[in-house]
Amino acid sequence: MYNILRFLQRYNFFLLFVLLEVVALLMLTRSHTFQRAAMNTVSSGLAGRIYDLRSGIGNYLSLRDANRKLLEQNARLLSEIAMLRSNTPLPPLADTNIVFEYIPASVVSNTVHLRNNIFIIDKGLKHGVRKDMGVIAPQGAAGIVIGVSENYASVMSLLHKFGSISVRFKNNDQLAILQWNGGSYRYGDVVDIPTHIEMQPGDTLLTSGHSQVFPAGIMVGTIDEVTQSVTGSLNSARIKYSVDFNRLKVVYVIKNNHRNELDVLSKIKIHD
Amino acid sequence: MTELLKNILRFVGLILLQVWVLNNMRIGSYVNPFVYILFIMMLPAGIPGWALLLLGFFTGMVVDLFMSTMGLHAAATVFAAFARPALLSMAAGTSEPDNQLIPSAKSLGMRSWTGYVFAMLLLHHSALFLLESFSFAGLGYTILRIVLSIMFSGFVIMMLSLFFSNARQ
Repeated sequence: MYNILRFLQRYNFFLLFVLLEVVALLMLTRSHTFQRAAMNTVSSGLAGRIYDLRSGIGNYLSLRDANRKLLEQNARLLSEIAMLRSNTPLPPLADTNIVFEYIPASVVSNTVHLRNNIFIIDKGLKHGVRKDMGVIAPQGAAGIVIGVSENYASVMSLLHKFGSISVRFKNNDQLAILQWNGGSYRYGDVVDIPTHIEMQPGDTLLTSGHSQVFPAGIMVGTIDEVTQSVTGSLNSARIKYSVDFNRLKVVYVIKNNHRNELDVLSKIKIHD
Repeated sequence: MTELLKNILRFVGLILLQVWVLNNMRIGSYVNPFVYILFIMMLPAGIPGWALLLLGFFTGMVVDLFMSTMGLHAAATVFAAFARPALLSMAAGTSEPDNQLIPSAKSLGMRSWTGYVFAMLLLHHSALFLLESFSFAGLGYTILRIVLSIMFSGFVIMMLSLFFSNARQ
């Protein structure tokens, strides 16, 4: 017993070091299973408030630019409504079953230069934001909600090791996975594309809508450069994101009202 | 000002500098300066080992809280705190530095202080960026990030330490 105590006393610095490192690494590796490890504390309370204080100033200074963008989007939407209205008689609003709802939010903190980037928005549980909801910017898909507190939510940006999403080539309907491998925040990659699928620089990528996170057909980016594979089996391409993540300011959280229904259906298994 | 109060102010100041200013600087994806580690560097030499490690963990956790990277900065900062006594005695030139010694450009001399700062940064940033990428794939990219970030963090820390030592004279 005495020996153990002496051992502890002699090596307490080293033992405490090991203990703290183990705690830190456990936290780190557990948060790697990202969708689940919500890290609610992260975005909540103090951190969100302190970020708010700073971005309040930044928001004010860039109001003009944000306003212009919103006006542009507004105009585009209005013209779309007008077009649709001329084609089909609009059903009474109360009867329509709205599948997707959009919750507007502002970004209070954001990074683009880390390997795994996360931004925090100023809408939380109180406003109907829940985990795993998709987040889009006016220019296209931006991220997925991973943690929610009362007033804030943290969103895993597409610029994240686990931020890959299912996309569809607009001109030939082929599916692919878009991921980000670090480096420039303007470009992501789609890999493992069979060679028979034709890709041209400038082709558009949209969300596939298969994940229930994003509705189908939301702009994601355009092909910047196609890399022919050396072995001749699978090609890859560099994608330019339509969203400039460095200028993320106003975003919309997407609420899928049919999500629970679809989740239940996808869990059905055939028992034998 | 008591030493305790100075350290608390230094802690708050460095954390705010980190999350308000430096985390918002976009100098390309290669340069991510982290200067909050200066707080650990400047703790008095006589601080007990357990307090040094716990403060390292706490500092890292606070930064983690702001950056949504649970455990990442805590792990790297505890690592740097663990290496600090050895590095400090090397910089001070004795195996038992005076308990009252506050490591700074003035107390250690410019040359030893620079060596001490960059040695601490090397350990902290290497641990940080390697853990962040969590793989040895793209090692060249990670090493480039480590080297460039150390240079930038070192520059900011040297500026800060010069500024504060002049202000007090």
